[in-house]
Amino acid sequence: MVAPMTAQPPLIRTAAPHTHNPAPVNPPKILVRDINVFYGAKQALFDVTLDIPGKAVTAFIGPSGCGKSTFLRCINRMNDTIPGCRVDGRIEMDGENVNDSHIDPVVLRAKVGMVFQKPNPFPKSIFENVAYGPRIHGIASSKSDLEGIVEASLKKAGLWTEVSDRLHQPGTGLSGGQQQRLVIARAIAVSPEVILMDEPCSALDPIATAKIEELIDELRQQYCIVIVTHSMAQAARVSQRTAFFHMGKLIETGSTEEIFTNPRESRTQDYITGRIG
Amino acid sequence: MTVLIALALLAAFSAGVYLLGRRRAVVLADGKSASLHSLPGYHGTWVALWAGVPAALIVILFAIFGGRLEDAALRAQVPAAVAALDAERQEVFWSDAGAMSRGQTPSEIGYVGDLKTALDAKAAEGRRIAAIGLIAVLGLSGVLALCGVLLAYPRLSKDFRARNRVEGWTNVLLIACSTIAVMTTLGILLSLVWESYRFFQSVPPADFLLGTAWDPQIAMRSDQVAAEGAFGAVPLFAGTFLIMLIAMAVAAPIGLYSAIYLSEYAGPGLRATIKPLLEILAGVPTVVYGFFAALTVGPTFRAFFNWVGGFLVGGPMDSLGQYLETVQNQMALTAGVVMGIMLIPFVSSLSDDIINAVPQTLRDGSYAMGATKSETVKRVILPAALPGVVGALMLAVSRAIGETMIVTMAAGLQAKLTANPLDTVTTVTVQIVTLLTGDQEFDSPKTLAAFGLGLTLFTVTLALNIVALGIVRKYREQYD
Ligand SMILES: Nc1ncnc2c1ncn2[C@@H]1O[C@H](COP(=O)(O)OP(=O)(O)OP(=O)(O)O)[C@@H](O)[C@H]1O
Ligand SMILES: [Mg+2]
Repeated sequence: MVAPMTAQPPLIRTAAPHTHNPAPVNPPKILVRDINVFYGAKQALFDVTLDIPGKAVTAFIGPSGCGKSTFLRCINRMNDTIPGCRVDGRIEMDGENVNDSHIDPVVLRAKVGMVFQKPNPFPKSIFENVAYGPRIHGIASSKSDLEGIVEASLKKAGLWTEVSDRLHQPGTGLSGGQQQRLVIARAIAVSPEVILMDEPCSALDPIATAKIEELIDELRQQYCIVIVTHSMAQAARVSQRTAFFHMGKLIETGSTEEIFTNPRESRTQDYITGRIG
Repeated sequence: MTVLIALALLAAFSAGVYLLGRRRAVVLADGKSASLHSLPGYHGTWVALWAGVPAALIVILFAIFGGRLEDAALRAQVPAAVAALDAERQEVFWSDAGAMSRGQTPSEIGYVGDLKTALDAKAAEGRRIAAIGLIAVLGLSGVLALCGVLLAYPRLSKDFRARNRVEGWTNVLLIACSTIAVMTTLGILLSLVWESYRFFQSVPPADFLLGTAWDPQIAMRSDQVAAEGAFGAVPLFAGTFLIMLIAMAVAAPIGLYSAIYLSEYAGPGLRATIKPLLEILAGVPTVVYGFFAALTVGPTFRAFFNWVGGFLVGGPMDSLGQYLETVQNQMALTAGVVMGIMLIPFVSSLSDDIINAVPQTLRDGSYAMGATKSETVKRVILPAALPGVVGALMLAVSRAIGETMIVTMAAGLQAKLTANPLDTVTTVTVQIVTLLTGDQEFDSPKTLAAFGLGLTLFTVTLALNIVALGIVRKYREQYD
């Protein structure tokens, strides 16, 4: 049974509870048109069409197995690394189709950083972890330049004060929350334009989660951020736009406030109130 | 033969007892097997174990030690005619008497008079002793089997914990098996140490470990008493090391690169074909590699070097050319290269496992940073897998050191202290083989030297394996 939607108070406090204007939508950074994804013969995504604004946080929500991660991986073509995975459709970033044959996924991925569910620092020192991207892409011109990039990235990721005295110790020796901020620093060290985050806080405790959320909120001044999350509260707290996926289809997309207070689709309503999922 | 028949009979008896015990349990349960503490099968098994195992143990002990007991009983009384013989002839007499009692022909037929009567008497006695022993053992095991049943069967009841008892038996059985394995290894090790000790009594360890002349026929120093040759093992160590280096120079890069190809580049279909092929290569017996080395690779190398030598003769590198023209079929290079080929599947399948153990999240992390495949391999996967790969290579080294067949067939037998891969060399294992093949007395320093070499080899490979396995294990735990 679905309650009347209009009269309902906000289910979850959103980023801007007192305004009722939709959050300002920046010009779209990524235009997604009719994306279909297949794993072998099995179709995982059906005709997904979506605009993702720049300098804002877009949250993907939906029950497990609905294709959020699959869709996220389309944006930086990580699906190319999965054997048997086929992607059809257009994803335009700054007017260029990333699925075009002349686009080099290696170059694309330098522009589109990714943070995974489980922190995955390389078994190298903290410094080398952050320096990884600048090294392979030849970004730093000198050693001091590289050191500058590493320091700036760690500062942006809010980790500098905690690790500045042990940059040359293994990155795997940090705590889970620190490791997650380390891989965020690693991702922003190559100055990407887009950062994709696949459940970045699901392995973290509430304090570490709060730190990452704070960080995401800061990073959105500069980057286009897409975050997959299973926490409605987190989606409400950090994102300006939300897209709800269900069974491989994009059901509804809109400003976060709208989705959480006044969803158009009953399936969205059911999901955010915990009735499906 | 009798022993096997006795064991088969016992097995049949236990099987019958099993059925009996099972039926009893079913009867006890009144058809409701859930009311039993243990399933009927456990009751049957427990009774069958008591019926079979102690009796079988007696039979097996008899099979192992019976012969010796009978022999001792036979020799307890020495006939006067035999006592007059010298010790060596006495031995011959006893073994002939034993042979005749078993219905075989004696090795010597020159027995006359008293000796002949004594031999016949002893042969008859031997037959008698064997018959008594057999009957005693069969009787004893039969009684044990019956006692087992009679004692165990009445204890079956509804609440009898047959399941736990059978568990206890299983436990004992497993412990016995692992004890046998450990004891055998220990026994081999002890005999190795003991014989080496005897060797080192006649050849000082320093001469053995540091001497540079290996010739087990000629005396090393005229004042040395027992030694009949030179036992300086350094040329053997050097030869082993040289061939191992060549083998690893072939196996390490090729094995490692093919492992990288298999785990990172090859598609699942290709991988499914190549990996079994490589594993077939690992199953080829080394003697096959040996004649491949001796008949194909050796002559090819020789022809090649002779051909190169032909060009150099008369030129500025005349002496090198002269040398190359004299290169023979047997050389360290052939043995090393073929051994390297033999080790490729070993290295590649171990490294492949290790590379596969590097978590996928690290690869994803690297690809997501915009790294190419080879950058990911070079900068993330190999550094992460390095300790494990080093361990795999060390295991390969210890196999290279222990390999015998290829070297015997391809590198020659001459102990030379040289670093020239085109020369013939010999290795520790090959020398052990040559020392022990053919007719040998087993207490001359020449044969005992084999144990000295064996012990050295054992120590080195053991140390290598321990270190390597330690590294591999530590690496495996790293991602758990
Ligand atoms: N590598 C793969 N091979 C085959 N099928 C896959 C693969 N990855 C995902 N799928 C399938 O695609 C569908 C979408 O999976 P996806 O991982 O995108 O879901 P998700 O929304 O991220 O779920 P979760 O919230 O549990 O992470 C699922 O049905 C899944 O089984
Ligand atoms: Mg997912």
